[in-house]
Amino acid sequence: MADAVIEARGVARRFAGITALHGVDLSVHAGEAVALFGPNGAGKTTFLRILATLLRPSAGTVRLFGQAVADGGAAARRRIGLLSHQSFLYPDLTPTQNLEFYARMFGAPLARVRELLVQVDLLGWAHRPVRTLSRGLEQRCALARALLHEPDLLLLDEPFTGLDVDAAAMLTGMLRAAHARGTAILMTTHDIGRGFAVCSRAAILVRGRMMWNGPIAEAQRDAFDETWTAAVRGRERARPVRG
Amino acid sequence: MLALIRKDLQIEFRTKETLASLLLLGLLTLVVLSFAFDPTSELRVEAAPGALWVAVIFAGVLGLSRSFLPERENDCMQGLLLCPVDRGTIYLAKTVANFAFMMAAQLAIGPIFIFFFNLRVTASLLGVFLSLALGVLGFAAVGTLFAAITVRTRAREVMLPLLLLPLVVPIFIAGVKVTGQLLAAKPLADVAPWLNLMLGFDVIFLVVGWMVFEYAVEE
Amino acid sequence: MSNRRFVDPILAPLTGAVMLVAIYMVFLYVPNDKAQGLVQRIFYFHVPLAIMTFLAFGVVAVASAGFLWQGTRFWDRLAHSSAEVGMVFCTLVLITGPIWARPIWGTWWTWDARLTTTLILWLIYAAYLMMRTVSGPGDQGARYAAVLGIVGAVDIPIINRSVYWWRTIHPAVLVTREGGSGLSDPRMQWTLGICFAAFFLLFLWLVWVRNENARLRDAVEEMRHEMLTQHA
Repeated sequence: MADAVIEARGVARRFAGITALHGVDLSVHAGEAVALFGPNGAGKTTFLRILATLLRPSAGTVRLFGQAVADGGAAARRRIGLLSHQSFLYPDLTPTQNLEFYARMFGAPLARVRELLVQVDLLGWAHRPVRTLSRGLEQRCALARALLHEPDLLLLDEPFTGLDVDAAAMLTGMLRAAHARGTAILMTTHDIGRGFAVCSRAAILVRGRMMWNGPIAEAQRDAFDETWTAAVRGRERARPVRG
Repeated sequence: MLALIRKDLQIEFRTKETLASLLLLGLLTLVVLSFAFDPTSELRVEAAPGALWVAVIFAGVLGLSRSFLPERENDCMQGLLLCPVDRGTIYLAKTVANFAFMMAAQLAIGPIFIFFFNLRVTASLLGVFLSLALGVLGFAAVGTLFAAITVRTRAREVMLPLLLLPLVVPIFIAGVKVTGQLLAAKPLADVAPWLNLMLGFDVIFLVVGWMVFEYAVEE
Repeated sequence: MSNRRFVDPILAPLTGAVMLVAIYMVFLYVPNDKAQGLVQRIFYFHVPLAIMTFLAFGVVAVASAGFLWQGTRFWDRLAHSSAEVGMVFCTLVLITGPIWARPIWGTWWTWDARLTTTLILWLIYAAYLMMRTVSGPGDQGARYAAVLGIVGAVDIPIINRSVYWWRTIHPAVLVTREGGSGLSDPRMQWTLGICFAAFFLLFLWLVWVRNENARLRDAVEEMRHEMLTQHA
């Protein structure tokens, strides 16, 4: 059994009286690609942020790379890449400047910057401020930023939203490559097709509770479909599961 | 940490908005205050240090309130928080950057100040510069902490001065005192206790800020 | 939980009783001060109020640190309650001070160290309370206020020192002696002592009431939330 990259047990999170997560369990092992499905408001983003050490859980434990998150989590963050709706790029700086900044912050060699600019095909725009780039180009730069330091764990929050066909293909390609290298991937999405294309395991999060968790194998398809349909329609018939 | 400072300097270099605001507002304050005093009266010279420091504080509050604006775009604050650095380091880097901006503005405002108030240029300028540096550092130390806090509150423009001005009173008093004494050609030794006060203030609040910053930015 | 029931029935009447004694002593028992006359009686209210307001801020600082460290609502409620009570006391200090000063020193306001520091403390209290209203949802307001509580508390001694130096290096405009006119008469000492006790109890009781208020409100909120999520 490969090492657990993520081990979350009973993770709960409350904000101002609203409980976003009710005791969620999830394990992700090295080299696994897991798709986390869920309708809007299920708590996927919150869960991801907790795993990225950006938020502290109100209850439960999170172990990353086999260790509890300690000392503000700096050590864990070095090995995690997060790709979100927001690009985390400074609009006044160029992609090169942005990537160089993040490279320095993560301790990645500056040569990686050029490498990635080539990979995402952004070389032609590398010296213009990010605010002048189109959304698609900006997202490509964000992808470069997430992969810059060769993270062992990639967390992606609805990465295919708003991508055009080319960009989506590029992303899928890069994700597959990362997966092949042994990077663990956890991706939230509500696009089942994409999720199945990239990942080998799936989980469903509904209103803060984990409703389904297992490998994407043909035999399981029916149970998965049932749970998913019920979730999307707002009626959960299954009991919450432990992962 | 150097990377962080470099990033802030790069951004400022591109837009120059903060520097320009600091300069102009500081200048404006000096001009307006000049109108408060008759050009020939004795009161002018006595009030000069006060005027300088008021200009520093007013312009400084504006500059500080802008200091986390770059992080508001594209959720860059989260991007920063994702980096494998201590939160305290982020604080120190921002403080240094803010200090640098404010001092840069002072380099321009200083001569104009001397100009407007018809002061004699004597050797004590070095002391005045030192007191300015110590004062601005303390101001930046407290200001950066609260700038991070107020950037996410409503009524941001009101909250920052409301918080900052009472807290930096010691810096203000000390600064005015030192500047006044030095301009009256008193020896540096006379103002040593005040400089010590400012230094103490700076050290204390840099440490407090460094320790507490993570609470200011977490959710 | 059970000890709470005992606090209020004891604390409230005790406070009331001691306060009554104090008022009696201030108005009827203690003799007129030779130098300052009738107005000096304000001193017996002013000084304990001043001590209490600084004590209150001390509590705010400690509770703020506790809140940041442990994150439980207990600390935050304590800080908030203490801040509100402290603010009220501070306002009273700033009102009684000038009322006392005017007849004695001939001016409403002096920039002496203690009064000025109290003024700045008032501003910090105001900022603290405002911080909670303008912040975003959830714990944000509490956390920001806690940061202010700690920074403010560290700053207050420095502010005091700097204003003191400011006033004494220059020749003083007025002789600053707020400590009272010698308090030679033992009756004066007794009165002051009882007033201290009275205002201390008042402080405790007000913070207690306010804190209970907050605690109950939190409890109701939690119950409401639980009921809502049961239906989900």
